[in-house]
Amino acid sequence: MITRRHFMASAAAIAMLSVAAPSFAADTVKIGLILPMTGPFASTGRQVEAGVRAYMALNGDTAGGKKVEIVLRDDAGTADQTRRIAQELVVNDKVSMLMGFGLTPLAMAVAPVISQAKVPAIITSATTSAIMSKSDFFVRTSMAGPQSAVPVATWAVQNGLKRVVTLVTDYGPGHDIEKGFTDQFKKDGGEIVEAVRVPLQNPDFAPFLQRVRDAKPDAVFVFVPAGVGSLFMKQFVDRGLADAGIKLIATGDVTDDDLLGAIGDPALGVITGHFYSAAHDSPENKAFVQQVKDSAKMRANFMAVGGFDAMHLAYAALAKTNGDTDGTKLINAMKGMEWTSPRGPISIDPATRDIVQDIYIRKVEKKDGELYNVEFSTFKKIHDPFVAK
Amino acid sequence: MTSGKTLALTLLGAKGRWRMWEFALWLVAIAATFLLPSQLLILTEVAILALFAVSLDLILGYAGIVSLGHTAFFGLGAYAAGILARDYVTEPVTGLVFAGLVSGLFGLATSFLVLRGSDLTRLMTTFGVAMLLAELGNQMAWLTGGADGLSGISMSPILGLFEFDLWGRNGYIYCLAVLIVLTFIARRIVNSPFGLSLMAIKRNPRRAAMLGISPKRRIVVIYAISAAYAGMAGALLTQTTSFVSPDVLAFHRSADVLLVLVIGGAGYLYGGIFGAIIFTLLRDWLSVATPQYWMFWIGLILVAIVMIGRERLTGWPALLARSLRGKSEPAGKETP
Repeated sequence: MITRRHFMASAAAIAMLSVAAPSFAADTVKIGLILPMTGPFASTGRQVEAGVRAYMALNGDTAGGKKVEIVLRDDAGTADQTRRIAQELVVNDKVSMLMGFGLTPLAMAVAPVISQAKVPAIITSATTSAIMSKSDFFVRTSMAGPQSAVPVATWAVQNGLKRVVTLVTDYGPGHDIEKGFTDQFKKDGGEIVEAVRVPLQNPDFAPFLQRVRDAKPDAVFVFVPAGVGSLFMKQFVDRGLADAGIKLIATGDVTDDDLLGAIGDPALGVITGHFYSAAHDSPENKAFVQQVKDSAKMRANFMAVGGFDAMHLAYAALAKTNGDTDGTKLINAMKGMEWTSPRGPISIDPATRDIVQDIYIRKVEKKDGELYNVEFSTFKKIHDPFVAK
Repeated sequence: MTSGKTLALTLLGAKGRWRMWEFALWLVAIAATFLLPSQLLILTEVAILALFAVSLDLILGYAGIVSLGHTAFFGLGAYAAGILARDYVTEPVTGLVFAGLVSGLFGLATSFLVLRGSDLTRLMTTFGVAMLLAELGNQMAWLTGGADGLSGISMSPILGLFEFDLWGRNGYIYCLAVLIVLTFIARRIVNSPFGLSLMAIKRNPRRAAMLGISPKRRIVVIYAISAAYAGMAGALLTQTTSFVSPDVLAFHRSADVLLVLVIGGAGYLYGGIFGAIIFTLLRDWLSVATPQYWMFWIGLILVAIVMIGRERLTGWPALLARSLRGKSEPAGKETP
């Protein structure tokens, strides 16, 4: 609470020192959280928000000696809304950091704003490689490009799956993942029999799955956005691909923790590569999953952990700058940061400001009556395959 | 006021006379630049949506063409301005004119599709054209950036003088100026003999034809003009946000603009402007108040507006004008 004495004291201090730090009188640091809370990507927003709130519930609301306040705004997944909200948060609400961004275009849209205002933006969800180069003030805690697909390629070759058909959704992240997988798979000596792309709007997988079946590969590698994973799995079973001896390997989006229960038994045995599983065995993850379950009544998925780690990064950066909210100082503090997340050990690449993390190969199994992605193999410290090296 | 009398007044050209509330509206909009410095970004959005709605009003309110794909022209203009700014000319006014031309020509080319069939066919063809463009925009990633959106646009100052600032001040003045100029032109168009003949076509195309008014040529012209307007609205969006998202071609934009026009009332140009003000402010206010559930409330309010105002919907302008004329400070409560 600001009493009159406090106010007089700070006024006197300003007069004496005549410094004009932008955040002087504020003991509060505001973080603008922009998420799609409505519309087709509302589940992303819900999960990220749950992750952010879980972090604050577990770690309190002070960092670097300042009180942290979240300003949540909904952009409904529309890029010009995201851009306007970001601009308003920076100009009117004087936020020190931005966070969120459910999809690639939404992140892209704020690049000019954060560059001009020098405000760091932590991406909790959007994954395409291209985003990071658009502004020096982007940091990412979700996934860097096709990070999750590359280890799947290596694993597949090692386990005798030499002839593979790829099936991806026809949009930016899908193309990234297809390329990431294909490059690595060919390098390791595999053969891509066919590359199938499925439209983003109203997907009906049946004809595409028939093409996969006719090609008679060892396995089909799949990437679809998390929301349509259950539809895909259902049609995969209906088309009898599993009976034809075609193995299903995928990125973790297909067997999203949040949806796995709804997909049900058809998902059993599916092999996926991803950075997070709610079944990850660590005390950090147990606390995190429990917190999300208690407060948001749902199972935390990879979106939630993106939000959780974004908050950790914000807190840690504030601690490192002793509460200084200068954008350039904050972004420099974030570079090279390393910590143990619920997903496992992660760090921020100082050169690209992108996340470096372990990718786990998992298999869907039943544990205590519920389906989980159970991790059985780890690929350490994976960088964005398109940028690193 | 009977409809016969209104028609007579219209035919006499009295409708073209300037009303007090029109001046008041524009004065308030200009004053907002100084009075509401923290709200300029949302006001910019209102101005852009208003221009978009005015463009739809030109075909819906005056020529009676129902469109579910009007965002085709909006999105095309947005991409045209974006690509021009990224690769060639970064000056906004040039981009605005260019976008207007591109969309206008596309409107001209596709206008022949709306000449045939009834309202339902028109709904489908306009919707189809918008879908086609949306998919093209998604597939031609080398040109449009595909699903990632078109980025890397950096606009130079307007006319080489006024830079787009972070507070959105110059952006707002620019958009408002464009809206005012284009609304004035639209006003001239609809109050001209050409505009009157359009309304005759809207009422009864066959009778209009019997009177020697060729519906086809007039519909083609107004459709192209409307498309150019929508394209310029799209260009404004691109220029003020320095980004083009693939959702400029998405269906929800066509639906939104139709909704805006329904709220404000079609057929008097200002319906789009009032509708845009109400729709945007309501949405912004509700989405701040309840980020998760605002869609429920906006849906409820919209249903209420339509239910309560149903009989008066087309009579809103007359009602508005009548109630405002009596007061000394008109239009104050309708504008931000």
